[in-house]
Amino acid sequence: MKRKGLNKVDLIFETIEPKEVLEKAFSMTSEEIIQQVLESGLKGRGGAGFPTGLKWKYTAAEKDPEKYVVCNADEGEPGTFKDREILDRVAYKVYGGMAIAAKAMGAKKGFIYLRGEYRFLLPQLYLQLHKFHKMIADIGYDFSIEYRMGSGAYICGEESALFESIEGFRGEPRNKPPYPTTSGLFSKPTSINNVETLVTAMMIIARGPQEYVKLGTKDSRGSKVFSVSGDTPVPGIFELELGMTVQEFVNEFGDGDTKAVQVGGASGFCVPRKKFADTIIGFEGVPTGGSMKLFNSSRSMYNVLHNYLDFFAEESCGQCTPCRVGCQQLLKGIEQVKKGESKSTYLNELVKLADTMKVASKCGLGQSVGNAFKSIVENFREEIIY
Amino acid sequence: MVKDLAEKHGRTRESLMPILQDIVKKHNYLTDDAMVAVATELDISAAEVYGTASFYSFLDTEERGKNVIRVCKTITCSMKGKNDIIATLEDILKIRVGETTPDKMFTLLETNCTGWCHKAPAMLINDMPYTDLTQESVIEIIKGYMH
Repeated sequence: MKRKGLNKVDLIFETIEPKEVLEKAFSMTSEEIIQQVLESGLKGRGGAGFPTGLKWKYTAAEKDPEKYVVCNADEGEPGTFKDREILDRVAYKVYGGMAIAAKAMGAKKGFIYLRGEYRFLLPQLYLQLHKFHKMIADIGYDFSIEYRMGSGAYICGEESALFESIEGFRGEPRNKPPYPTTSGLFSKPTSINNVETLVTAMMIIARGPQEYVKLGTKDSRGSKVFSVSGDTPVPGIFELELGMTVQEFVNEFGDGDTKAVQVGGASGFCVPRKKFADTIIGFEGVPTGGSMKLFNSSRSMYNVLHNYLDFFAEESCGQCTPCRVGCQQLLKGIEQVKKGESKSTYLNELVKLADTMKVASKCGLGQSVGNAFKSIVENFREEIIY
Repeated sequence: MVKDLAEKHGRTRESLMPILQDIVKKHNYLTDDAMVAVATELDISAAEVYGTASFYSFLDTEERGKNVIRVCKTITCSMKGKNDIIATLEDILKIRVGETTPDKMFTLLETNCTGWCHKAPAMLINDMPYTDLTQESVIEIIKGYMH
């Protein structure tokens, strides 16, 4: 297969005329919009990667006249800051994407759940929202958006926890099924999409799916906004075509001494130097919601893992036992091994616990703690022990 | 005040978060009295209000100062000198993490990732983010909040 390499793209932040795109979308049928998004191969940009077109299709198929479009702007994954940048620079495209989603599935109402840490953005976001509502009224389309704020809970980025929070409850994830497309916000059919996904969907309608599929690979179509941080001379936001290897990424962003890259944040995977060349960033390799953290050889991977586990132990909602107790035990476990209170073989038991958490936890938080845990312990075992 | 907020946001369950968030914005934290008043307005039990509030780290149910400082402690900020920032803050405010100054002007806390990893270390004071912190810049920033 021909390698894609590293290519910078400008799709998300590109200036467009929103009214033209929306008029185009509103002149299309629901089926046509969904078909174009399906053809584009767009997968959710929040990290989980569910095909956006399918999500819209399932919601559109529901008979209930009351449906919701929800924008998940509860960006809490350590190392991710792209959604703040997108809202800061092109909020009108987020609103536009929501309106297109609304048209596709027959919704009249949208909510944006914005994390409390980004409350400072609200005044300017409302200003833009006001303009958007005016534009939508000019076009003669019935759709409105409201903001709801988070209050510092990472778990509320999980879709069903987010609904609970908007409804005024503790942000505890629900059992699935039913999925949000059947029973989401206020138990109504709901399509919940990430900030970047909605902007991308708008660009697909603007440019056509044929243009979009030219970017990326078969499994990972298009481009993606990456949040680059850690040991890099150029931290920041970069939109890149999908399909590059970690090596190509490191060549561009590393400081010459990169020993590991954490792809996908605390709930993602740690890729060690020896695997850089063979690992593709995307759904065929290591998926990411955009978080790319580089570590050079001066960093202790024990400290990195300890920081992640401490994060998860605090942010676990505590509802299900595998996650609540599991996070705490993993944290305690590596501390014991480090201090020599437990033998190094105890790490094998902890790996089994991480596997159990993956199958037994109720939601994505507990299920993905093992990703970082196992990839760090397996690749940097000596750093955890000594 | 709780009555006004209930008028503004409504009295259904979904109004609970916006009401609690507005109280915290104005009074820095939720007193027991405020939570009972909200429960009365929304016609739910006070335990429901406390149960919801205590889930969210920004809806404080313990006394907080006028300015709540939250220093990010997640990995990138931690790698880029978070501990020095905390040490400086403890030194100038004469309090430890988790404490409030006797004049109730400042509370010092740590928080999880605030989404400024590319400009680490970072902190929030109330709603405002401050990034690329140094021990010098932190002192200047705090001076701006001392009145």
